[in-house]
Amino acid sequence: MTVAAPPSTRKARKRPFWTMERRDSLAGYLFIAPQMIGITIFVLIPLALVFWYSLHEWNVLAQTFRFQGLANYQTLLSDPGLPQVLGATTIFSIGLVIFNMSLALLLAVLLDQKLKGITLYRTLFFSPVVVSLVAWTIVWGFLLQNNGGINALLASVGIEGPNWLRHPTTAMISVIVVQVFKNVGLNMVLFLAALQGVPRELYEAARVDGTPAFRQFTRITLPMISPTVLLTSIITIVGSLQVFAQIAVLTQGGPGMSTTVLVYYLYQQAFQFHKFGYGATLSIVLFLIVAILTFVQWQMRRKLVFYED
Amino acid sequence: MKTDLSPRIKVIVYGLMTVLLIPFVFPTWWMVTSSVKPISDIFAFPPDIFPRRFDFSTYGRVFELQPFAQQYWNSAYIAALVTAGTMMFSSMAGYAFARIRFPFANTLFMIVLIGLLIPAEVTIVPLFQMFLGWGMINTHWPLVLIPIFGAPSVFATFVMRQFFIALPKELEEAARVDGLGRFKIFWTIALPLARPALGAVAIFTFLHSWNLYLEPIVFLSSPENFTLPQALTQFTDAYGGALWNVQLAAATMTALPVLIVFIIAQRQFVEGLAHSGLKG
Repeated sequence: MTVAAPPSTRKARKRPFWTMERRDSLAGYLFIAPQMIGITIFVLIPLALVFWYSLHEWNVLAQTFRFQGLANYQTLLSDPGLPQVLGATTIFSIGLVIFNMSLALLLAVLLDQKLKGITLYRTLFFSPVVVSLVAWTIVWGFLLQNNGGINALLASVGIEGPNWLRHPTTAMISVIVVQVFKNVGLNMVLFLAALQGVPRELYEAARVDGTPAFRQFTRITLPMISPTVLLTSIITIVGSLQVFAQIAVLTQGGPGMSTTVLVYYLYQQAFQFHKFGYGATLSIVLFLIVAILTFVQWQMRRKLVFYED
Repeated sequence: MKTDLSPRIKVIVYGLMTVLLIPFVFPTWWMVTSSVKPISDIFAFPPDIFPRRFDFSTYGRVFELQPFAQQYWNSAYIAALVTAGTMMFSSMAGYAFARIRFPFANTLFMIVLIGLLIPAEVTIVPLFQMFLGWGMINTHWPLVLIPIFGAPSVFATFVMRQFFIALPKELEEAARVDGLGRFKIFWTIALPLARPALGAVAIFTFLHSWNLYLEPIVFLSSPENFTLPQALTQFTDAYGGALWNVQLAAATMTALPVLIVFIIAQRQFVEGLAHSGLKG
């Protein structure tokens, strides 16, 4: 993925008419204008406003809006809920990324085999991606009830299942698992495309050398697909920080605050407790986490990724 | 690693895949079958994998309890608008950033990319305030405008740019020599070639809009304006307990049409996404 680099294939064409270039510039600006204007209004200005609001005490119900400097940030640091929220967010994101990436890789390797009916399997593994998110979450909520389908299945083999959504640990596991099965198909398909792009000659050479299959996987496959792994891990981590519907539908952040991730907490503070100023402060925290993670992973790309297009 | 596998390994691979398939397929099966069971059977023990008795009356209840047809229309037309708008604006911007030389193009592209770091979750408080000021609370405007210009569209622009960069530019050169304008070239030459990338953009934009949940519950307050995800959670009894069978019937109606379209077009779907320039 090349982001900042300008299209280098462009050869400087010798055309003396400066009007042509000018017309081109104008065309360029007109082409990007709708999106630039939209991004300015709906992304950049709101981002600036989030910073501005975070410096205010703003209670919508009490109709107060008053500048108070960094007071919200002091509240943030002394907020007894914050460590729990950040803890839950960290556990959720790390659990999700590890489970998602390893399952996606396993499925991609399985689907990369030459077998009859493999397309059907691919379709079925991918199918939850297109099932409405809230519909998917509702069914899992139904399945995870104390007397629901999962515990009934467990009971039929003599295991007494826990009340999944009512204990902190199992509730966290549940929201992670529900989310992974919903979206792992996307990463699976991207990994599969990457696997199919690995030149076969590499494996043939390794086979001639008598390299065992597992070593072929760690020494050839993984390095060759590392750009995809890195890109999907960025998308997955940033996506995991935005998880909201699943939490709202399955656990409402509970039991206690065990599944209250940052976005859910932000929503509660701003739109349930009407503390807009503090909500904006939490937004800044979310923004910084996303920005730092993206930056770190972008830097890692240079060191870890084996090759680039 | 496409080698011919020994029969024993084949059996293991099939077995493993089939077991792994259960959590991907069973929930959808359980949703559909439970929605047509009488309420007394949905928590039956041992569970009925196949319904023993049928009761379709819950489907009628869905439409009695909420203006579900209206909500269905809301979700559908919002997703259609968002998809069309995103395809239009992101392909135009992606084309310009890939193909047209103009001052500050790279700086402007970096500014666009910043949008990737700012999902609507970060800016939801000021967005609420802005739409409140414009008198657009409890309307569908926020649900259309925010995705068309927010992080999902930035992602789409990025995908389109990657696609147009890879496109051989000779295709356009001839047209330029013939004196065709930029917009004509874009519309009649570049865009038709970009169909695979546009398809991928359309799919993930549609799904993004179809699944939106935070924005609807922040911006919408009256049931006739609700979108499907929000409506699904509203089928509750007087105490807030879930009416499971009604919820599952509504969920089935929400999920099944998209699922069927996907199964019919699964090849274009999956391969379109896989080869959309996402793979780096």
